Amino acid sequence: MTAPALQASALDALLSPLYWFLELWSALLSWVGEATGLGLLQYGFMHRAILVGLCVGIIAPLIGTFLVHRQLALIGDALAHTAFAGVAVGLFLNAVVDLGVSPYLTAVVVAMIAALLIELISETTDAYNDVSMAIVLSTGFALGTTLISINAGGLTVSVDQYLFGNLSTVTTQSAAILLVLFAVVVGVVAVTRNQLLYVTFDETAAEVSGLSVSWYNRIMVMLTALVVVGAMQIMGVILVAAMLVVPVAGAAQVSRSFTESLLVSVVLAELAVLLGIAISYYAGATAGGVVVLVAVGIYALAVVAGKIQTAVGEEATPEMGSIDAGEGRSPSGGQIASDDAD
Amino acid sequence: MTDDAVVDLADVAFGYTATPVVEEISLRVESGEYVAIVGPNGSGKSTLMKLMLGLLRPDSGTARLFAEPAHEFDEGSRLGYVAQHASASKEMPITVREVVKMGRFPHVGFGRLSESDWERVDEALDTVGMTAFANRRVTQLSGGQRQRAFIARALASEADLLVLDEPTVGVDAESVDAFYELLNSLNEQGITVLLIEHDLSAVTNHAERVICLNKQIYFDGPTDEFVDSDALARAFGTAAGIVGGGR
Repeated sequence: MTAPALQASALDALLSPLYWFLELWSALLSWVGEATGLGLLQYGFMHRAILVGLCVGIIAPLIGTFLVHRQLALIGDALAHTAFAGVAVGLFLNAVVDLGVSPYLTAVVVAMIAALLIELISETTDAYNDVSMAIVLSTGFALGTTLISINAGGLTVSVDQYLFGNLSTVTTQSAAILLVLFAVVVGVVAVTRNQLLYVTFDETAAEVSGLSVSWYNRIMVMLTALVVVGAMQIMGVILVAAMLVVPVAGAAQVSRSFTESLLVSVVLAELAVLLGIAISYYAGATAGGVVVLVAVGIYALAVVAGKIQTAVGEEATPEMGSIDAGEGRSPSGGQIASDDAD
Repeated sequence: MTDDAVVDLADVAFGYTATPVVEEISLRVESGEYVAIVGPNGSGKSTLMKLMLGLLRPDSGTARLFAEPAHEFDEGSRLGYVAQHASASKEMPITVREVVKMGRFPHVGFGRLSESDWERVDEALDTVGMTAFANRRVTQLSGGQRQRAFIARALASEADLLVLDEPTVGVDAESVDAFYELLNSLNEQGITVLLIEHDLSAVTNHAERVICLNKQIYFDGPTDEFVDSDALARAFGTAAGIVGGGR
């Protein structure tokens, strides 16, 4: 057995419980397909694509919520382009030294390194500036295109699937890798949700309260790198950042609390993914583009809903103010509670 | 005596570049004091605050917080920090209760808030008179209401040092008075208050002690003496005419 084959089989052995889960999932969707007569559920690749889409619909807005509210919406785009360089590195190594490694794994590694670099640059210059972000973005993409062009003869796969995403090229292995990324992202956010929220909302107060802001920033950008690589399979490098931003922006229009905005952004993202995949299947269009267009449509509806909500809320405001003025229960005197009407 | 001090700076100097922003700073803040730090724009007030809280390390001299080197101090729950949030326009969807809840984060770490944690949150909301606004989105509040939410966060963390960096910037005049009433009553309950202010009228009306800063300390003493002294004119230069002209 050759070295690359050994590596591949070692990875497959690691992922084997997930392969078993994927089979189960596929059987379930086949059954749903037969019961409902939905044509798109008769293909195995579609089962995997839908699962990847559902996972992306959770992890992208989950991380995106923290990014958007820190005004870091563009970091996803920058990391997606460096992930493309990672894909190119993987394809290059496979062609030159026959490494047999999934380009998605090399993309994870390169995107994580780029994420740390962006974070370290911002720590030393004391700001996330769009100039350094733009430099990282174009460097990543330039490196990717250069590696692919000098190696064009040895490539058996088109890079289109990485640039634009492709439902039909979601292999069992890449779906299993996505499941691992999903577990890591959800697990880390579940554990550090308090800290990430504090750092996102009020960095200085978080630091005063004893949190290591720079460590949580590093965790944040590395999770972003994982999400970007995971979502790249169906969204493509160019559109992947939209899933981090658009559902979150929509949710912010209609949500009152942070928890609510997290849940709403996941619901909006899942809606966009499922509708987008279905429409793209029946219309024969690229899934990534359709998913983003649906997401933007949902965002537009959320803006309208938010405006209506605010208008209704404004009518209720004087009532709230008078309740506060009458029922101030501060131990230090009612005058504290009865000030500042809006 | 040294061990009682909440803040203890000895001959502290600090500069972001070779030029010092503050120098020759020696001061002590005892538990239960209500101290205001005033000075013109760019006088190093916020830098001094960061040195006191251990967010910056002095280039020379020592900064101690609750008798520990300030940068090593890790009981974050004892510190409450309120910044100029009223003027910041964060569009993040978050309710007043969720903001106050953050005060419990240093206590719970990676865990969930227990029932008693939530009780502390509700008590803090009650103390600042914001119970009726608990489920309101912070962006919908007036500047004064928002600042009271941030005070409540410090109360929920059971902080015994409250540091406020120009908290009333962008808050309407009527709310400012009520805001200082609240600070007074919290100080009477034993919380040490450290107020960084640009608005001199607020300081002279409320604080017990004034530290007047412009790179160095120009005055440190009781508020009455500060009003009579010429420290203001020396520290502020020609800008001294703004006394009483609060925003």
